[in-house]
Amino acid sequence: MAEWKMICKVEDIPQLGSRVVTSAEGDIAVFRTSSDGVFALRDKCPHKGGPLSQGLVHGEQVTCSLHGWKLRLDTGEAIAPDVGCARRYPTKVEGGQVFLEI
Amino acid sequence: MSKQKLVMVGNGMAGVRTIEELLKIAPDQYEITVFGAEPHPNYNRILLSPVLAGEMTVQDIILNDHAWYADNGIKLHLGKTVTKIDRVKRMVIAADGTEEPYDRLLLATGSNPFMLPVPGNDLPGVISYRDIKDTDDMIDAAKLYKHAVVIGGGLLGLEAANGLMLRGMDVTVVHLGPWLLERQLDETAGKMLQKSLEDRGLKFLLQKQTEMLVAGESGRVAAIRFKDGMQIPAELVVMAVGIRPNTALAESAGIYCNRGIVVNDTLQTYDPKVYAVGECVTHRGIAYGLVAPLFEQGKVAANHLANYGIGRYTGSVTSTKLKVTGIDLFSAGNFIGGKESDGFEEIILNDAAGGVYKKLVIKDNKLVGGVIYGDTADGPWYFQLLKDGRDIHDIRDQLIFGQSLVGDVGHQGQSKAASMADSAEVCGCNGVSKGVIVKAIKEKGLFSLDDVKKHTKAASSCGSCAGLVEQILASTIGGAYSPAASDKKPVCGCTDHSHQKVRDAIRQQHLTKIHDIMRALEWKTPDGCDKCRPALNYYLISTWPKEAKDDPRSRLINERVHANIQKDGTYSVVPRMWGGLTTPAELRAIADAAEKYNVPTVKVTGGQRIDLLGIKKEDLPHIWADLGKAGMVSGHAYGKSIRTVKTCVGMEHCRFGTKLAMDMGVKLERMLFDMYAPHKVKLAVSGCPRNCSEAGIKDVGVIGVDSGYELYVGGNGGIKTEVAQFFVKVQTDEEVMEYSGAFLQLYREEGFYLERTCHYLERVGLDHVKGKVLEDEENRKALYARLVDELKDAKDPWAERVAGVEKKEFELLSV
Ligand code: SRM
Ligand SMILES: Cc1cc2nc3c(=O)[nH]c(=O)nc-3n(C[C@H](O)[C@H](O)[C@H](O)COP(=O)(O)OP(=O)(O)OC[C@H]3O[C@@H](n4cnc5c(N)ncnc54)[C@H](O)[C@@H]3O)c2cc1C
Ligand code: SF4
Ligand code: FES
Repeated sequence: MAEWKMICKVEDIPQLGSRVVTSAEGDIAVFRTSSDGVFALRDKCPHKGGPLSQGLVHGEQVTCSLHGWKLRLDTGEAIAPDVGCARRYPTKVEGGQVFLEI
Repeated sequence: MSKQKLVMVGNGMAGVRTIEELLKIAPDQYEITVFGAEPHPNYNRILLSPVLAGEMTVQDIILNDHAWYADNGIKLHLGKTVTKIDRVKRMVIAADGTEEPYDRLLLATGSNPFMLPVPGNDLPGVISYRDIKDTDDMIDAAKLYKHAVVIGGGLLGLEAANGLMLRGMDVTVVHLGPWLLERQLDETAGKMLQKSLEDRGLKFLLQKQTEMLVAGESGRVAAIRFKDGMQIPAELVVMAVGIRPNTALAESAGIYCNRGIVVNDTLQTYDPKVYAVGECVTHRGIAYGLVAPLFEQGKVAANHLANYGIGRYTGSVTSTKLKVTGIDLFSAGNFIGGKESDGFEEIILNDAAGGVYKKLVIKDNKLVGGVIYGDTADGPWYFQLLKDGRDIHDIRDQLIFGQSLVGDVGHQGQSKAASMADSAEVCGCNGVSKGVIVKAIKEKGLFSLDDVKKHTKAASSCGSCAGLVEQILASTIGGAYSPAASDKKPVCGCTDHSHQKVRDAIRQQHLTKIHDIMRALEWKTPDGCDKCRPALNYYLISTWPKEAKDDPRSRLINERVHANIQKDGTYSVVPRMWGGLTTPAELRAIADAAEKYNVPTVKVTGGQRIDLLGIKKEDLPHIWADLGKAGMVSGHAYGKSIRTVKTCVGMEHCRFGTKLAMDMGVKLERMLFDMYAPHKVKLAVSGCPRNCSEAGIKDVGVIGVDSGYELYVGGNGGIKTEVAQFFVKVQTDEEVMEYSGAFLQLYREEGFYLERTCHYLERVGLDHVKGKVLEDEENRKALYARLVDELKDAKDPWAERVAGVEKKEFELLSV
């Protein structure tokens, strides 16, 4: 059963940046946008498995660090013309703490 | 507040492009209504020629289908001609009585084909060539009749004639002028074109004036008679003798017209509520008949409709290409030239047997026009030189032979887009073939390099195939392709502003933060993208080195973590070995670190130093700490920054050495430590002209000779090999530092992001740099002083990370 787990404070993730959370399911990338939205995706690009956490965040998208695929942070889907999807994990922020449902 | 109403009259290429541009920047501003007299959604009129020739179908050329209008909430009135504009009530009225009110009106009514005022011009079987209906009429006629006459030997006429011939008709082209395409070609090229069209089966009657069209028994046209009495059979007559801006509607509403609807640089008519774009307008006295300039107009009009108020349309230089498969023809600018006394010069290559003719017109060391027949692969390159107004005196002796001889070879030495097979790979990074690109261009109606990048990924990674993609665009859509002048290309899709505009704004408005730039220049996206943010970050820190703060989040991964990411997500570590020199102690420390962190691969790089590959991100600060203890610092193998200064053994050891190459190299590398630049910077110092450090392909190459040092600049050993150009000869070590430092500082201040020194020099010209560095001593010293001042407190980024800067970047979280 998935449950909410606290991972860090919002400030621990830089704006327009990310952190990597290690888990039994593999690495998860947690992103923070310029408007403080927090999103989590499996840290594996649908293209060739690049670590999405190392990408550049803009708007609600991340550009993968290896070959520049762009993925939507809210759904994990690749932006056309690329096709693919990285698994999305639900997140919430309560009292300045970031929670991940896993 | 309810939305404002925008009504567009004319559902053609220019108008719909304007709406597309508008939706990109202000999707919610207007409630949009479109009137189109034709019963079709917007289609690519240009491609009517391939449709007629049987190479495409009408379905292939639809640019915006019905769903597009619906998805964007656009109310579409098809098959309705607007007949009245009530400017007082702000309302348009169509022939069938449909009324729509507007707050802003956009006129894009295109043009009407001109019909020769000769008797019989209204007979059945006499048509123009403008829309789908005309094309269908021609296709039908070709099934029933034998003899076709096309009046007009211009681009449109020849494309019509070619199509009808391919559909089995016996076609004669009648032309009043002394040779074909006299507005696009000079006499020689015109005659060559005629010959090859005759070889394919077309007939020509030149300098013939039509007297009348003669009806047959059925009442349909049956023959054409000329002023000299000659008469030939004609069951289909296509008039392609020119177009007239369609101004009837505007004129009836009292909007000022002079040939076309007169607009200013913002595409506004004399009525401030009414804008106009496309073939129906006259701008600065010119009415354009090709889509490239019309699209430029659309972009500016959209910007003003969105109330952004930036951008002026200042006119266009156009180029043309005939879309007859198998015939290569290109012309641009002033190709007729002028008197020698007015400074015009011509370079001509005429290989009649080989079927190649090239004529370039030059004035004041600049290319001002050209005609190419037979081998048009270099057309886009010439056009770019022309648009950029680049000084060509340094490449003049090779200019006529094309780009590949000038050294700027295309991808894989392959620069003949038109002759490439469809299966040939164009983009090596993303595995995109020519066929895929051509298909996307045709099916999706792409017109720019950016469009192609977006839809196919070609040229979106390393970019080395961009030139080739541009050639493919040009050969697929012909005159509709118009590259922006190099210094006007927008930074990326987030903005319309060029690199130069952005650099100027940062300096003039004293902007010091990325989001301030985006606000001041009205960026279209909230935080830019992976293309513009790194550029903006560099422009800030290079313009205001003491004030602007570096933004790690706007650096791509390698620069953010000071190591190169690998395909498996691990990193490589390359410590600096000044001038390629190392010591046993350093080697020992490297060996120890490699063992301690289980480094899988240790490699000697092409830059005279050692690479430790395959290190986990969280280990980076630790291995840096260990290397730092042995005195080693970052080699910046990851940065748009100083990389290496390669040296040979020089006079220190070599029997031929004339200068202490190692010593000079180390001094240069220390001077430039931690220097960021528009792109990476590599130097080399050789002790003699045997040049064992390959100084001839470096951004700055230094070659020791008996009497001093020769300095070379702008070499590149990467994607396109570029030999460095001789810059200056100096005497002392201090002068080597001053001249190369000043050159690099100028590049840092003027270069566009991701422009290597060779591309920077190609854009500004070596003379410009010589003027600022060699001829102006005061400026040279000032440039050098700024460089030294900026780098005097350079810190080792690795040591900073070891001390805790950006600590979280390297720490994992867990659940
Ligand atoms: C490590 C090294 C290859 C080697 O094992 O020898 C290397 C490795 C990479 N090079 Fe290189 N280049 C290396 C020497 C060169 C050289 C030779 C030289 O420096 O003398 C060149 C040609 C010379 C030149 O730059 O003019 C070279 C031309 C390129 C280019 C093309 C640059 C261009 O302007 O055309 C790229 C792509 C780019 O920078 O955009 C590139 C990009 C890369 C990247 C960073 C690709 C990337 O973005 O990931 C490679 C990182 C591999 C990795 O997994 O870590 N590398 N690269 C060399 C490091 C030298 C060093 O000590 O710093
Ligand atoms: C066969 C052919 C080949 C061509 N090849 C090339 C080429 O290779 N390269 C190139 O650059 N250009 C080429 N052109 C020219 C190019 O197609 C035009 O420059 C371009 O289409 C003009 O766009 P526009 O929007 O101004 O006009 P149009 O595309 O003509 O659109 C105007 C539309 O407005 C409609 N309209 C007019 N009045 C009214 C009204 N009162 N109410 C409602 N609707 C109205 C018209 O029916 C028409 O659909 C070619 C043209 C043709 C015909
Ligand atoms: S190291 Fe350089 S040449 Fe080799 S694969 Fe990587 S980018 Fe290409
Ligand atoms: S692995 Fe992400 S773009 Fe290739």
